[in-house]
Amino acid sequence: MGFSVQNVSFKHSNATHALKSISFEVKSGECIAIIGASGSGKTTLLNLLATSLKPTTGLIVHDGFNPWLVSKKALKKLRSIIGTVHQSPPIPSQQRVVTAILAGRLGKWPLWKSVVSLIYPMDTLGPYTCLERLQLADRLFDRCDSLSGGQLQRVGVARVLYQAPQLILADEPVSAMDPVLSDLVIRELVDESTSRNATLIASLHAVDIALRWFPRIIGIKNGEIAFDLSAAHVTENMLKELYASETGSLPTQA
Amino acid sequence: MTPYSASSGRSQFSDPRASFRLTLIIVSLLVLWPMLKLAQFEPWLLFNFENLEVIGNFLVQFFPPNHDEGFLWIVAGATIETLAIATAGVALAILIAVPLGLIISHSLSISRIGPGSDYLFSKLIRFSARFLMLVLRGIPEIVWALLLVRVFGLGPTAGVLAIAITYSGMLSKVYSEILESGNTLPSRALLVSGSGRIAAFLYGLLPSTAQELASYTIYRWECAVRASVVTGFVGAGGLGQLMDQSMKMLNGGEVSTILIVFFLLVLLADHLSLLIRKQLT
Repeated sequence: MGFSVQNVSFKHSNATHALKSISFEVKSGECIAIIGASGSGKTTLLNLLATSLKPTTGLIVHDGFNPWLVSKKALKKLRSIIGTVHQSPPIPSQQRVVTAILAGRLGKWPLWKSVVSLIYPMDTLGPYTCLERLQLADRLFDRCDSLSGGQLQRVGVARVLYQAPQLILADEPVSAMDPVLSDLVIRELVDESTSRNATLIASLHAVDIALRWFPRIIGIKNGEIAFDLSAAHVTENMLKELYASETGSLPTQA
Repeated sequence: MTPYSASSGRSQFSDPRASFRLTLIIVSLLVLWPMLKLAQFEPWLLFNFENLEVIGNFLVQFFPPNHDEGFLWIVAGATIETLAIATAGVALAILIAVPLGLIISHSLSISRIGPGSDYLFSKLIRFSARFLMLVLRGIPEIVWALLLVRVFGLGPTAGVLAIAITYSGMLSKVYSEILESGNTLPSRALLVSGSGRIAAFLYGLLPSTAQELASYTIYRWECAVRASVVTGFVGAGGLGQLMDQSMKMLNGGEVSTILIVFFLLVLLADHLSLLIRKQLT
């Protein structure tokens, strides 16, 4: 799913400007990494794209329509084809892994199927396949509170893989994982995007992962776009400028 | 003034909210004192010699509890009837309270995330549900019982309905509060990925709140067992009616047997609650 962001600003209720008049276009199937220091507005941007927040001014056009002007039903349908991987997965700790992953399809399932699946999972092969791709298949029937932070993050990724959305938004999806796993998870997300022509937007704190896996990089600084370039054109100086660390090193995962 | 600036001899780490809290305590005492006066709260009367004698004479009658076989059988039958009334009443109350609680709870509001197009409409629905809840629990169960007895005549129906009506109001209020105080991020995330309200509740909110919801419901069931004394007074049968008879005949031994049964029932409810909570963790 493609979209265009047109002069979007967002102001929090405490009057701080999280984003200032941002514009860019994304074509269907693109893989884009968003990098920037913490507090630069990456999460806010993803929340706006997820239709979880409404722009204060400006417009985000998803597939040709403004989600804030269409009917409730159309918005619900749009939301069901947008999948978000959250930095701290919003999964109740008492829930089992299989149920947490099945929750990815709630937007598509009729209510009776959701209710029955809560008692007896109607699909176990689907969640199993998603977990297998993330090397977590052995935890299918475990409770989420028995998982480590990195494992829980992978369950969050598996939920989105199971949802099979047209737009995948990932907010620091590998922040709790070691370098090897991080690479694996990002590769699976990129694979998913290319195999289904789904758009992938990931915010990352690790510059090395962003440059390795994503063809297009958007740098955000203080709520504004610092650069929007193909990975090959991003220079060391731009990154240092972005993180304002002239002496220090850049944030990496490895 | 920054929190760290030392001023007028005060320690620089003095709590900036201390004076506010002191004022709050003084104001609450000032409000409370006239209220105790108005309520004619005079606990020292309890220790007056004459009063102690009256209480003593009444309590002496309670011992020994009546334990003839015939009476115990009657008590057993009445206990089962009481349990049936309380259980049926609470079950009906749950049927009304669950939808009401879900409607009222803000944490499952889609219009809060957006868009705000039908915000007014959902506000209106929420307001009417809140009003209905207020009416249900604002009127004490004895009033409902007296009213319903005129419709259904003497018998358990009036008692069961009186409990169902009042308790549905109480349950829905507490249900909605439990749902709002829990971690609402999971259900919000589900709503934003297109899930409906009920599915978002089942997958996002229920797992973390089930224990509290169940234990409050069982506590209410325990209250309903005791409330059946009230409904007994309008002829709904059960332990309440038996107690009413024994009280009127000033039979202290019978009253104390019935009180012991109530005590055991509360103990049972306590254990049941513990058992269910353990299952749900």
